[in-house]
Amino acid sequence: MLGRVANGMFWMYRYLERAENTARLLAAGHRMALTKGADIADEEWRSVLTTLGQLQQYKAHHDDFAGAHVCDFVLRSKANDQSVLSMFERARTNARTCRSAITAEVWEAVNEGYMSLRDLLARPVREASLNVALSAIRRESTLARGATHGSMMRNEGYSFVRLGTFAERADNTARILDVKYYLLLPSLSYVGTPLDTGQWDNVLRSLSGERAYRWLNAGRMEARSIAELLILDDRFPRSLAFCYTAMRDNLASLARLHGREGPAHDLMREADQRLTGRTVEDIFDQGLHQFLTEFISRNQAVASAIAEQYRFNA
Amino acid sequence: MSAGDLFDEMHAPDGSVRDAYRLYHNWLTEQDSAWMRRKHFEAESFFRRTGITFNVYGEEDAEERLIPFDMVPRIITGGEWRKLTRGIEQRVRALNAFMHDLYHRQEIIRSGRLPERLFRNNKAWLPEMVGFTPPGGVYTHIVGIDLVRTGPDEFLVLEDNARTPSGVSYMLENRETMMAMFPELFSRVKVQPVSNYPRRLAKSLTACAPPCASANPTVAVLTPGIYNSAYFEHAFLADQMGAELVEGSDLRVIDGRVQMRTTQGFQPIDVLYRRVDDDFLDPLTFNPESVLGVPGIMDVYRAGRVTIANAPGTGVADDKAIYSFMPEIVEFYTGEKPLLPNVQTWRCADPDSLKYVLAHLPELVVKEVHGSGGYGMLIGPTSTRKEIAEFREKLLARPDNYIAQPTLSLSTCPIYTRSGLAPRHVDLRPFVLVSPEGIDITPGGLTRVALKKGSLVVNSSQGGGTKDSWVLDD
Repeated sequence: MLGRVANGMFWMYRYLERAENTARLLAAGHRMALTKGADIADEEWRSVLTTLGQLQQYKAHHDDFAGAHVCDFVLRSKANDQSVLSMFERARTNARTCRSAITAEVWEAVNEGYMSLRDLLARPVREASLNVALSAIRRESTLARGATHGSMMRNEGYSFVRLGTFAERADNTARILDVKYYLLLPSLSYVGTPLDTGQWDNVLRSLSGERAYRWLNAGRMEARSIAELLILDDRFPRSLAFCYTAMRDNLASLARLHGREGPAHDLMREADQRLTGRTVEDIFDQGLHQFLTEFISRNQAVASAIAEQYRFNA
Repeated sequence: MSAGDLFDEMHAPDGSVRDAYRLYHNWLTEQDSAWMRRKHFEAESFFRRTGITFNVYGEEDAEERLIPFDMVPRIITGGEWRKLTRGIEQRVRALNAFMHDLYHRQEIIRSGRLPERLFRNNKAWLPEMVGFTPPGGVYTHIVGIDLVRTGPDEFLVLEDNARTPSGVSYMLENRETMMAMFPELFSRVKVQPVSNYPRRLAKSLTACAPPCASANPTVAVLTPGIYNSAYFEHAFLADQMGAELVEGSDLRVIDGRVQMRTTQGFQPIDVLYRRVDDDFLDPLTFNPESVLGVPGIMDVYRAGRVTIANAPGTGVADDKAIYSFMPEIVEFYTGEKPLLPNVQTWRCADPDSLKYVLAHLPELVVKEVHGSGGYGMLIGPTSTRKEIAEFREKLLARPDNYIAQPTLSLSTCPIYTRSGLAPRHVDLRPFVLVSPEGIDITPGGLTRVALKKGSLVVNSSQGGGTKDSWVLDD
């Protein structure tokens, strides 16, 4: 397939994934703001912006961290080129660019998703309907993924779809973990001590992991098990390990199809070695923040190597 | 022109239903009107969801607009169609021979049948094509012949589109929409299928591949990109043919071949169905500012190592001054009288004709010779005195830039409106494929319809709509 089209597919699914994860993050933030005092709420909204990398841009337009302002900025503000609406718009533009590489079902899901969110986000979202809007975002992204899963050939294009999805998801999970841990665990001595369950519940909710965690840990809240689930458990679909298994598999499919490996495969193997076989203790010894920062930059390097190896741009 | 002169395709002047529409009309009278109203809205949401949109230049905020679809089909009998195809085939054969002659010995000019100035002043004429024969000898791989009807047996050619005829995706999607909306209708009325057009196009293009191509030639559709008004169609055709949809930035000339950048490196293309204009095709040969084309592609082309469809330089035939000579052109190359007549045309370059045109502006349609899409024309009967006076100045300043035609009583076909069926003017653009294996015409084509009462402008860029076009299998 064309390099330009591979690029379009890869990014189309990154945008869809990012939009969905952003909605999840806002939902968790909103829940936090509802259950805690105003100070904690402000801190929570600020951390949402930090996680999304939109704090500076936001501050250029607002002096406060009121929930309504943050949500409006993140969801639909024209001043924010990373807004959820703009993510969906870009996904749709990419779908048009790749129109002949995707099925009619996928095109319709993305096109309808964009049109319905455009209408839904045409005006500021009132707090009472915030949850409706956030679930609509998750639903539209889920529909696009479902249409992809159910209608697309498992060919080269599909590998780029999956690589985009999981490169983005791994990045998002690492960022959420990094920001939250940093905020919640100012010092290492907190690891292993009983925690403020509300705060940790929030981390899990941001990644739709609360149910999986409860099921595995019977309600015990501790940093160690949470980190284990979100980083190392390859059964949990938003964990770093799960994302890497998927990326490895799809890079392997491409290598089989093309009959050769390249620099992206080498980098992926390297990145993988930093993750598989590790224990939580090991990671905490290194320092979680350092581990996550390195993970994020290594993940970016893999994505760039994919772009270069498969001639996305030149 | 009075209402009595108009030919309505569904109803005869006495109110009876014509043969072509008899079965459809029977079905229609059985349908519940509230249900039909719902269907009318269903059609629009169907089109919007599937993304069949049309971008209109010069309209902000209307980047993607739907071409209105009317759910009453335009119907032609099998007998009428057989007659039409003979005329279309003759005309297209002549067009292709004419192109070859224009870029070789120019016998038609030597014989005195066509004035030389006509193509010397024509911007679409390309000196780069002189003496070169495209692979398979085919110039006009895809042609759209615009027909209008004025009576039971009177079909006239209004325009030839030998450059890049568009609209075929609407022909296909209109049929899909009709079959999805009214499946039972198609079991009652036997209609000749159009859905195999993309397969026929792929076959026809493949048959024109250059000698260096492998047994399975690689076909690609070259689009200017997603902001082009016909992008949907480009993507649609590539998808339906199983061809790559490429942009100029994907292509490069390497080792004397046109190659596309794939995830596994550059791979050669044998046939390029290009939907970018000649001028943008090769910045080294034509417009140096173009980023839509491929630097050096003309050298590869002239070396016979890629097929470009349609061939560069075929736009000469779209010129309306050339059009006025089509009866002579058909006769010259086929040795036969034209089966399909032209619309009467005055060439304003000719002083006597100009005099006549100036004296009759309020009743004529005046067009620019290089114009298309319904832009830059005067429709006398519906123009104000001021508009006519302004156009007269333009005409006097550059008479050779214009031709004039009588205001035709185009046939009407009913459209669905809130208050029931109402007649509107229609034309028909059949799509014709040319390859060394022959000429292939898909039954039907695109019917364009003027949605405003009394309007004669059917162009989609000017608010026209489309209809499914049926050729009966009888």
